[in-house]
Amino acid sequence: MSFRAKHLLSIEQLSPEEIETILNLSDEYVDLNRRQVKHSDALAGLTQINMFFENSTRTQASFELAGKRLGADVMNMAMQASSVKKGETLIDTALTLNAMHPDLLVVRHPHSGAVELLASKVNCAVLNAGDGRHEHPTQALLDALTIRRKKGRLHRLSIAICGDIAHSRVARSNLILLGKMENRVRLVGPPTLMPSQIAELGVEVFDDMREGLKDVDVVMMLRLQRERMDGGFIPSEREYYHRFGLDAEKLSYAKQDAIVMHPGPMNRGVEIDGLLADDINRSVIQDQVEMGVAVRMAAMDLLARNLRASSDEGVMV
Amino acid sequence: MSDLFLTNARLIDPEAGTETFGAIKISEGKIAEILTQDIEKAIKNFPAGKVADCGGQYLAPGIVDIGVKIGEPGERHKESFRTAGAAAAAGGITTMITRPDTTPALDTPEALEFVARRANEAAPVHILPMAALTKGREGREMVEIGFLHDAGAVAFTDCDRVVESPKVFSRCLTYARSLGALVMAHPQDPGLSKGAAVTSGKFASLKGLPAVSPMAERMGLERDLALVEMTGARYHADCISTAGALPALQRAKDAGLDVTAGVSIHHLTLNEFDVGDYRSFFKVKPPLRSEDDRFATVAAVASGLIDVISSFHTPQDEESKRLPYEEAASGAVALETLLPAALRLVHAGAIDLPTLWRALSLNPARRLGLDAGRLAVGAPADLVLFDPNTPFVLDRFKLRSKSKNTPFDEQRMQGKVLKTFVGGIEVFGA
Repeated sequence: MSFRAKHLLSIEQLSPEEIETILNLSDEYVDLNRRQVKHSDALAGLTQINMFFENSTRTQASFELAGKRLGADVMNMAMQASSVKKGETLIDTALTLNAMHPDLLVVRHPHSGAVELLASKVNCAVLNAGDGRHEHPTQALLDALTIRRKKGRLHRLSIAICGDIAHSRVARSNLILLGKMENRVRLVGPPTLMPSQIAELGVEVFDDMREGLKDVDVVMMLRLQRERMDGGFIPSEREYYHRFGLDAEKLSYAKQDAIVMHPGPMNRGVEIDGLLADDINRSVIQDQVEMGVAVRMAAMDLLARNLRASSDEGVMV
Repeated sequence: MSDLFLTNARLIDPEAGTETFGAIKISEGKIAEILTQDIEKAIKNFPAGKVADCGGQYLAPGIVDIGVKIGEPGERHKESFRTAGAAAAAGGITTMITRPDTTPALDTPEALEFVARRANEAAPVHILPMAALTKGREGREMVEIGFLHDAGAVAFTDCDRVVESPKVFSRCLTYARSLGALVMAHPQDPGLSKGAAVTSGKFASLKGLPAVSPMAERMGLERDLALVEMTGARYHADCISTAGALPALQRAKDAGLDVTAGVSIHHLTLNEFDVGDYRSFFKVKPPLRSEDDRFATVAAVASGLIDVISSFHTPQDEESKRLPYEEAASGAVALETLLPAALRLVHAGAIDLPTLWRALSLNPARRLGLDAGRLAVGAPADLVLFDPNTPFVLDRFKLRSKSKNTPFDEQRMQGKVLKTFVGGIEVFGA
């Protein structure tokens, strides 16, 4: 098996072979999840703790369901309401949890690099469920699985990622993954929402939606955070929708069979037209949610296998 | 005070720009004689116990370090005068110019006198304090510049806080000028740099960290220089770290403004990619720059456009560094690594030793009007004897500073201080 990592902290750390290993196993879990009895014992006896230092409903639910379907004991901790407010540092929180002997820690944190810092202080496997503007690896993996199943391949595709690239960990993880799998990646958005010198990462940058979508196979929309719509980064919501919102007219510049993706939650009428989002012939947004559970099951299964292997070798304490 | 003869040394004279073989006779705390020939004859008449053979190693004026942060008052758990003094002596620094960004800020003559008294009790090297420019470093009202000047403040600065109001800053400059006091500032546009943890560019984009354009430094410097031109004040930019700011500095000097500039040792020897996987010991202010910027600032030191190299010694405890990068405290300890890090530039062929010593010793002393930094008869015998070649791997836990936040941990370095003298007295011996 070609997956040796102890933690899943970023797409950056993964080789193309490791990405394929995760996706192949994910396919098996998609099948399992479509059966009436959706249960496996891959994580039986293991403890999974979800630590979310940032609000999340969808991702947390997805990880919780994934863990439960694999038979783990799952605990959710809403970190915003807990000891963090009492001034405890991230490291102290990590050490406290570590003492409870969890096997898998799923962590989301508002600061880039925070999950990596935490991972360096604990004995268990850590999954990054999004750190600041840095990475959100399971989102990129579920997007990759969705594309692979819809397009039949995950290479030599032309993919446009559109919207608020600068503040998006989803965009970062996706452009790294898609680049590793040898696709052409385009970034489309207003220049105020584009990270500086991003073109050096081997992507094409567009500030015109129609030009950017021309002949692409996949259109990936990003969520625009409400707090960025107030004139700080873009003049207004309606101007943004006019220039960068995805509607049928702009989508007509992409290939006839291009698919439309969105990591959710959507702002209908801001970054995407409501009808288009619901168009089952083009939008794969619901598929993404389904793939999310499978990918997280696969990732946790693989990490747990490595965890067991290393404890058999006596590496773990 | 006993006399001493230091023989068999390579003498670095930053004033003359020379490196010659010779000996130095110290008498009553001062350099009494510098001999480059007939050394044998001179030693003959000298008591044998008072002759020290330098073994052909390098003898230079002690380093004058502008901008050292010591945790007294307020943060003594991070650094005290005693630990900083020991670290400075071990680093070949014979004069520390301390920063006023303490808790509370050094903004009254009473606080300054406390610091001067504590410093002289606890540290074996000279310590001269700077005072805040505005009360509480809040950028609103000027401190008692006259009283503080009389009490021994060698310069006035709000450190990394920019005096945002041009009106307040220009009044401070005007008032300081009437006393001949030096104003030191951190050139940075405060609006553009707000909240930034790294320099904008490929690295920041990849790591998803809030970033500031290098342009913010040039904007801050241009504003300060305009106000200096308007007021005629004496001004020192504490850390110029970008290529884009250098032409403005050159123009100001060409125009005859009383302007000098410094740079931190970290900006001369590290770049933004050294941060790597969010290593907070590399978080400094201003943030580390691109390799192009580093290259340009090294060249500016070599040409003399940038006058001063400083350690910007900023002790931080483990707790304030072991946080996510954005939240971690800025700054690095550097008293003991200043010289070996600076020698990297010499070993890389970017600069020669006498030129390096102008930036480390002569220029900072001159700028502050101190009798230091020279290898001349009559000058104080503040000296450092060092071996520029011995390689070693730095172990941060062996540093004498109370805080161990160095970016050079486990790195290979070259060059060691063998002995440090202050007023002819040996304060450090390896």
